[in-house]
Amino acid sequence: MLTYIARRLMQSLAVLAIMSLLVFAGVYTIGNPIDILVNPQSDQSEIARATAALGLDRPLAEQYFVFLARAATGDLGNSFAFNVPAMGLILERMPATLELASAAMLIALALGIPLGLWAGIAPRSVAGRVITAGSILGFSLPTFWVGLMLIMVFSVWLGWLPTSGRGPTTSIAGIPVSFLSIEGLRHLVLPAANLALFNLSLITRLARSGAREAMQQDYVRFARAKGLSEGRVVGVHVLKNVLVPVVTVAGVEFGSVIAFAVVTESIFAWPGMGKLLIDSINVLDRPVIVGYLCIVVALFVAINLAVDLLASWLDPRVRLGAER
Amino acid sequence: MKVFRALLAGTLLCLSCAHGAELRIGLAADVTSMDPHFLNLAPNVNIGWHVFDALTHVDEDARLIPGLAVSWRAVDATTWEFKLRRGVRFHDGMELTAEDVAFSIERTLQVPNGQFRVFTRRIVAKESPDSYSLRLKTAAPYAMLPYDLNSVFIVSKRAAAGARPEDFDSGKAMIGTGPFRFLRFSRGDRVELARNEKYWGGASPWDQVAFRIVPTDPARLAGLLSGDLDLIEQVPTADLSRIRRDSRLESAQKVSWRTIFFHLDQRRERSPFRDLRVRRALSKAIDRQAIAERLMDGAAIPASNLVSPPVFGYAPDLKPEAYDPEGAKRLLAEAGYPDGFAMTLSAPNNRYVNDEQIAQAAAQMLARVGIRARVEALPINVYLSKGAAGQFAFAMLGWGSFSGDLALRALVATPDPSRGFGAFNWSGYSNPKVDALLEQAFATVGEQRREEIAREAMRAAMRDYAVIPLHHQVTTWAMRKPLAYAPRTDEFTFAHHVRAR
Repeated sequence: MLTYIARRLMQSLAVLAIMSLLVFAGVYTIGNPIDILVNPQSDQSEIARATAALGLDRPLAEQYFVFLARAATGDLGNSFAFNVPAMGLILERMPATLELASAAMLIALALGIPLGLWAGIAPRSVAGRVITAGSILGFSLPTFWVGLMLIMVFSVWLGWLPTSGRGPTTSIAGIPVSFLSIEGLRHLVLPAANLALFNLSLITRLARSGAREAMQQDYVRFARAKGLSEGRVVGVHVLKNVLVPVVTVAGVEFGSVIAFAVVTESIFAWPGMGKLLIDSINVLDRPVIVGYLCIVVALFVAINLAVDLLASWLDPRVRLGAER
Repeated sequence: MKVFRALLAGTLLCLSCAHGAELRIGLAADVTSMDPHFLNLAPNVNIGWHVFDALTHVDEDARLIPGLAVSWRAVDATTWEFKLRRGVRFHDGMELTAEDVAFSIERTLQVPNGQFRVFTRRIVAKESPDSYSLRLKTAAPYAMLPYDLNSVFIVSKRAAAGARPEDFDSGKAMIGTGPFRFLRFSRGDRVELARNEKYWGGASPWDQVAFRIVPTDPARLAGLLSGDLDLIEQVPTADLSRIRRDSRLESAQKVSWRTIFFHLDQRRERSPFRDLRVRRALSKAIDRQAIAERLMDGAAIPASNLVSPPVFGYAPDLKPEAYDPEGAKRLLAEAGYPDGFAMTLSAPNNRYVNDEQIAQAAAQMLARVGIRARVEALPINVYLSKGAAGQFAFAMLGWGSFSGDLALRALVATPDPSRGFGAFNWSGYSNPKVDALLEQAFATVGEQRREEIAREAMRAAMRDYAVIPLHHQVTTWAMRKPLAYAPRTDEFTFAHHVRAR
């Protein structure tokens, strides 16, 4: 087991190194950040000075090795646009994204599982059909459009919720969060709902097909024959079996929710790290782009490792790749 | 369930919403740093103008007016003397003296990767005869110093000595003399300010101001419509008619200092643009009026100059080129291109108002005189580097400048790093007459004389079609009634200029 984890971590380091090289070369090919950030009143000598000050006049290979040497000590360099360490900048924006992603996952699970069960148990009822059709809609509507519609309906027409921004935050152990104040929750609802939509549909459909399958199984018939109430049959025996795929998918999807948050964050002006990434790409702020992708890769590696370990623990038939 | 409860709570809460004298402004672009001497980016500078002042200010028409300096004069050819306003106090109660000004100038040169040294590096010596006067010496005669110092915010020496950018972001060093005190900066989200009761220019009517960063256009407009925001900047042209129809809203417009034009490549030996007749033909082939009226919904003014009408050095006698496709065809035939030619028309797709659509429209207009233009629209981060490398044949660029001679120096002067000429002259255009006039303008200290020379240089460049000017953008602000805003040519959104009617 330990060798397995060690090997996985070594592989992750290799992935990180390759990824950083690709991003480095990619940003280098796109253009020179100085051309975008430059003060328009500058002349050639000033532009050359600014380029040299950031080390951008050196050959790509040299820039990359300087970066690697610094990165080994945990320093990803200063952001070109913010003039503060890139890593600190990303970590500062991370809680906002994690909170949004968690809220979205919570909404998706809390609504998706009951809706899916309902649709699975009564697939031919009106409610079952409406839920199934709704989940298809949820899959197909673009996040960007839904976000704007949510703002139009709930903020502009009904005037119930704020249009954008994060609102006031409360601090827990130094981490700012929104969900502890009513005003913060009001700001969180729309972006979280928007981000949840895709996963809500996905989980609804997973739960629906899981429930339909389980309802045909012998153990459900036995449970009924034993005289258990319908509530107990569905709420305990069916639900347990439905949950296995749902939990696995939800775990993996959590990573993509963090990545997909980019669109939602942009529409709702949510100060998360996805928005930071977009802003940084716009000005070719390389330290931030590389740092963000490193963190996301690390996050995915960690989630995947956790999911693999969990799966082998849940189901002893799953082997951790070592012995074949 | 959670959603529903929150919705319910939200409704109840809104019944007790009270605004007081708080102003909420929606900004269109991200503020990256509070450090006033780091990046010269419009959103950063916009916030800077609330907390700080400069020696010289500019009015709504981008003309120089007194700021922290009540007067300035050239003592001799290489010395400028500034007289400071007396009794101005920083937010911490300390009085402003020449020492703070000298410190601020020094600081612009020392901030790592700071971009404001461009405005101060010509100063070779500073001396203050008394604490309310400052003499600045330059190595050579330099007329632009009072303009340059408009970009240098004056910080408190006591608060900012040794301060890092983080100290400004946290507010520790954010001590200025401006109309608002700094409260907090939440990166990517908002900047909050409070009124400076003792502002030398008169206290603002607003107790508090919140600048919210909402870069998505529809979301910013939605914020205004729903009442989350009181005023927004950079209203998209497509929404103008909607705002004018809405009885709860008011809008304010002003010609911006940003001029949109085309660079025509002249570096390549075989470029048709080396022929004046071809440059003139292309200018005649573009229907500026149609672009301004239909594509820009009136939020543009056809251009004849490289700077917009209120700006120093604008030559009012130049008139926008009339749309004349027949004349264009004749000129092309004379120049040896009776069947036109094919070229690539390059433009950014996320920088200027409707940039890509304008490029498409221009290409169609050029097609009518036989020029087959293929539009290549690129994101600005890719675009600028390619332009700087001289890779474009016919390329759109936008430029904001508060003086005509500076714009000419950057865009059409013969590239010459030793003199700082032509840093953004993508086309390689060269005209010795323009260069000579510019040299003369920068060495002329009298304002009126200098403006005459700057105009002469503008005429020389425009009559030679150094670039093809398209239009001056018009900036739109929208606000909830009964607010009123005095719109500015420099596009800044100043809370202290927002009044309740």
